[in-house]
Formats: sequence, C-alpha cells, structure tokens
Amino acid sequence: MKSIQELEEIRRRTLETINVRKDRSGTRVVVGMATCGIAAGARPVLLTIMDEVKKNSLADVIVAQTGCIGMCRLEPIVEVYRPGEEKVTYVKVNEGKAIRIVNEHIRQGKVVEEYTIGAEDK
Amino acid sequence: MEMYRSHVMICRGTGCTSANSEQIAKNFEEEIKKHGLEKEVVVERTGCFGLCALGPIVIIYPEASFYSLVKPEDVEEIVKEHLVKGRVVKRLLYAESVEEDRIKSINEVDFYKKQVRVALRNCGIINPENIDEYIAFDGYKALAKVLTEMTPVQVIDTVKKSGLRGRGGAGFPTGMKWEFASKSHNEQKYVLCNADEGDPGAFMDRSVLEGDPHSVIEAMTIAGYAIGANQGYIYVRAEYPIAVKRLAIAISQAREYGLLGKGIMGTNFNFDLEVRLGAGAFVCGEETALIASIEGQRGMPRPRPPFPAVKGLFGKPTILNNVETYANICPIFLNGPEWFASMGTEKSKGTKVFALGGKINNTGLVEIPMGTTMREVIYEIGGGCPNGKKYKAAQTGGPSGGCIPASHLDVAIDYENLIALGSMMGSGGLIVMDEDNCMVDIARYFLDFTVDESCGKCTPCREGTKRMLEILERITEGKGEESDIEKLETLAKNIKNSALCGLGQTAPNPILSTLKYFRDEYEAHIRDKKCPAGVCQALLSYTVIDEKCKGCGICAKQCPVSCISGQPKTVYKINSDKCIKCGVCMTKCPFKAIEKK
Repeated sequence: MKSIQELEEIRRRTLETINVRKDRSGTRVVVGMATCGIAAGARPVLLTIMDEVKKNSLADVIVAQTGCIGMCRLEPIVEVYRPGEEKVTYVKVNEGKAIRIVNEHIRQGKVVEEYTIGAEDK
Repeated sequence: MEMYRSHVMICRGTGCTSANSEQIAKNFEEEIKKHGLEKEVVVERTGCFGLCALGPIVIIYPEASFYSLVKPEDVEEIVKEHLVKGRVVKRLLYAESVEEDRIKSINEVDFYKKQVRVALRNCGIINPENIDEYIAFDGYKALAKVLTEMTPVQVIDTVKKSGLRGRGGAGFPTGMKWEFASKSHNEQKYVLCNADEGDPGAFMDRSVLEGDPHSVIEAMTIAGYAIGANQGYIYVRAEYPIAVKRLAIAISQAREYGLLGKGIMGTNFNFDLEVRLGAGAFVCGEETALIASIEGQRGMPRPRPPFPAVKGLFGKPTILNNVETYANICPIFLNGPEWFASMGTEKSKGTKVFALGGKINNTGLVEIPMGTTMREVIYEIGGGCPNGKKYKAAQTGGPSGGCIPASHLDVAIDYENLIALGSMMGSGGLIVMDEDNCMVDIARYFLDFTVDESCGKCTPCREGTKRMLEILERITEGKGEESDIEKLETLAKNIKNSALCGLGQTAPNPILSTLKYFRDEYEAHIRDKKCPAGVCQALLSYTVIDEKCKGCGICAKQCPVSCISGQPKTVYKINSDKCIKCGVCMTKCPFKAIEKK
C-alpha cells in the first residue's frame, strides 16, 4: 500500500531519470565524444558529470554527447547550455574539473571562468 | 531507478512488433553491452508512436532522433555512431525529419506538427510495463486529487463541464452517463470498459491499452468513485494479446501499490478490476451485447430501455465507456475541465484519435483537436494518397459509417458535421480510398462484413442486410436492374428504423452514403454494365491496344485458358468469351499493350 506521499516520492525520483524524454527546457550539458574527445578522456568526464547530476538530484539537467566540436587540441570539451544564458564552453576538462563545473555552474549558476575556452586562450 | 544519459525507445506496439521490433530491442541491448555502455544507455520497450507505416520505429533521447524502418542489422551502426560517438545516423532517420543543414525534432515534422496528444500522451514515451514511469508523468495524481479533495458529485460535474463525449462512436456526453448511474440507487454497481474494437482498420484502443494501460485503470477507478461502484471489468478482444498481457501486468502492479483493491491510497474507497476476453464478435461492441457476454450469456443485444445505467451487468446499474474516453479522463482532472473544453468545436470538445488506413502514405495513428478539417488530416498529416493517385473518398465509422467525398474535404471534423454528411465519427477508423476503388464494391465489402457479424436476433438485420448484400452482389456482377437502387433505398430505410441495436440500425449507412455521393457509379454498373474504377471483374474486359502490341506473344504463352491468339510479329487478339479475367496478360505484357475497361 502506497500513501499519496509515497507516490509523490516515486514520481519525483522516476521523473529525474526519465524526463529527458519530455522536458527539453532545462540545462543541457554536452560532452564532445568524437574520436579526439574519447582519446583525450571524454568518457570518464561524461560518467563523472552523470554521477554528480544524480548525486545532487538535479532534475532538469540533460547530459548529452555530441561529435567533434572542432578544436581537437582542447578536448575533452564540455558545453553547458542554461536556458536564457549564453553557451559556456569548457576545455581540457578532467574528472576533477567536471565535479566543479557541475557544482558551481550547473547547481549555483556561477561560471567556472578559469576552465573556459576564454581563459585557455589567454 | 538508475540515471541514464540516453534512452533508446523501441516501439513494441502490435504494428512494430510484427515487423520484428523485439529482435531490434535485443540487438540494442547486446550492442550496448558490447560497447560497455550499459550504465549510460537504457533500452525501453514502449507503445505506439503512431507512424506505423514506417515501423519499426526507434527514438533516441535526449536528441529525440526519430529512426524509421529500422532493421535488426542497422542496430550495430546506430550504437557505434550515435550512442558511442554522438553522431546521428542520418541515413536511417525518418526522411521527413532531415533538412539540409539540420535535423528536426519529432514535434516539428508534418506528421506530428498538427497533432495534440491527450489520449495518447504517454504512448511511446513511457515503458507501459513499469508503473513508476506512468506515475512520473503525473500518473495517479488525478485519482489522488479525486479521492482526497472531491465529492462524487464534484467529479461528475467536472466531467460534465469538460464536454467530453463518448469516443466509441455515438458521442453521448460522458458526464451525463455517469450522473444517471450515480442516481440509480443500489448496493452494487459496475464500471465497464469497452475495448472490443471491431471496426476493420481501427486500432486506437489497442494502442492506448498497449502503450498506456494505467491511464484506463486510473480513469475507471475515478468513475467507480463517482458512481459508487467497487468493481470494474475491461472487456477486451482476445485477438489483442499484447494489450491483454500489458493490462494484466498493469493491474497487478496497481494492486501491489494499493491503487486497486481495498482502501485505495489510505482512504476508505475500494475498487478492483478484472479483464474479460471477448472472442471477437463485432456485435459485442454494442453495450447490451457486451454486458451479456461478460455475464457468460451469448453475446446478443436486448432492447433499451432499461438502459445499463439503470439495469446493466447482472441487473445492476452500470456504466460502459470506451478505452479512448477513459484515456481522456485524468488530464481533465489535472488540467481542469476548462482546459479540455477550450479544445475543439462548440459541441465536440477535446481531441479525437483516428487510425489512418487504406490508400494513404502515412498509415498510422493520429490525434487531432476536434474541428480539424478532413483535408488537414489526409493531406498534411497523412501525406495524401500514394503514387500520386487522386483521392476519392474516406470512410469514417467503419461498417456503420459513411464516406466523405473530395467535395466535402474542408468540413471540420466533429460529431454533428459528420452525421450531417451521412457518416459518423465512429470509433475513429479512417479508411482512405483513391480513384482505383469502386464505391459499389466498397459498399458491398462493408455489408458483407455486417452480414457476417449480424447476431441474427432481429429480422430486419438478419434478413434485410442479407437481401441488400444480394442486390449489391448482383450489381457488381453486371446483373443489376433499373429498380435495384430504389429497392436498396427502401430496404435501407426500413432496416434503419426497425433493427434492434446499433449494428443493424447503422448497417445501411455505407450504402446510403455511397448512393448519395456516387450514384453515377451505381448507374454505370446497372445501365452500362461498366465499372468506372476497373474493380468489378465481371464488368471488365481485357483488350489489346493495337498500336502498342509488338507481337511478342508473351501474353498468349502466359494465358491460363489459351484465349489469346495471334502470330508472332502481328497484333494479338483476346477472345473475351473465353477470358476468365485473371489479368495475367496485363501484368506480363512488357509493352503495356493490354488494357482493362
């Protein structure tokens, strides 16, 4: 027997895992996963991001992958699209950087300037 | 449940399953494992996406890439490219969704653009065998609201205010039906669901049950609360094995969660459901025959009144609604009756699901707001007739309905408009016919069906439809007489007025509507002994077109009755007295030098 509160809990928990099928309005995190990205270590980055998103129960975040973004020397590249904001591109991301990106940028909305492509070019 | 970055949704509705989608699902699971992606990518089997003509269909989220006509051997490439490297396999995408520089998401393609999915809201999006996924998309929220915040009278008022009408075909206001049953006082009442979808070419109820069974279960529970019933039955055809299996799974999951049974959600309301299988008799879609069948009697209708709301199953007050009607109930409570009533026309609210079939490019399931025109459905959503053929008519309402000719394509679809045209909404089958269809033959086909399916209880239906069929057969065989049209009209009128149930009362509709719009075709058959569409074999003759014949002799060699004669390099001749009109010569002629007229 499930009470209404328990049903609400099931709803919240399940929605987190399947809302990629419906809701396309939330934050999108895209990881470059062409040969260059994978060779540079994009897979552990992707897994770390997914893990962090799950750990923090971020419901409206979609983690997706894409092909070659074009700057292979800067891979792994992670792009973050927040609704109503400009795209932010992070380069040479590793697992540690990924955790900070999720916690500071995706959760709190503070761009991690030092990892962005703008900082890299300086 | 685990978190996955990518969801591979594979249609396991009846259409795609028959096109081997289970093998595709298995291949996906295997390939995903091979590439070590099983922690990132999940494979889900879902219900119908609607575009059955292009099945098997696979949709991959979060990109919502729409792969069509997928073959088991394509899976390896999709996994390698799309899931490992993030590169969509354009070659296999639904062609409509690919533009020169970008890929459209499914909601932008013509087939889906005009659709509003209310009854089909979860079909293709959730795994129907997992109650948690239904709950995630607001499942059982309407029931919680009804049980904790509303009185039965308020529930009925909400349904009445929404303007929802029966989706089984007749369009009786659902709220009124519930009110009648709630006012009949009795200790025991019943809630029934009619899933005995019998119209040839109609499959929307099947798709709802296969893709979203909980939406029907939840709505029936709400209905039970509204009228004061604690037991329900779903009457479903045994020919729908996938629907039956998923219903059984859904019911047991709902019981496990305490959403069916005693003390639902901790309230003191009890309600339980059982499935009853029908053997596929068309007449059992009629409410009193359906009730008789559940009781274990022979499936035959009885005169009304008393209506089931007063005296139904086992003599107790009963409501019976169609699958699609129930599928509309929960969104009404979640979004409000005003939201529902804002869609559609003045007297027909909400949306309607149609099963597109026949001579149409996009065979499949579409859900459109009432008031959409026939032209939009057939050309913009359905993609028109294949091979550039000309549209002739569309049959709505199956064997009980009528046809809508090209001159009425701009009519807005609702209950009243279709009846004014001599057709009816019906359960939602929409069979498109092109210039190659003979309307007399179509009428004969539908009548042949009703004669077969007549239960035989009342004379007008048992004998009358049989006589009408005999006349139609005579006409298509070239033995029609001048008085036949009048005879058909008289018989049709009498049967309509005197048959016992809906089956008989509507059986003459296909004849009346084809007579109304295509009388010239009947006259051509009767007076000129010609079938203008070239369908009725007995009225055709095969002839050689002299200028095109090269004298190769292939036709003569292929003719099974040796009725074609001639010498090589001369024009051949067909002896029409001996010809059996098999058409072999026409298909074999390399120069298209044989015509049938």
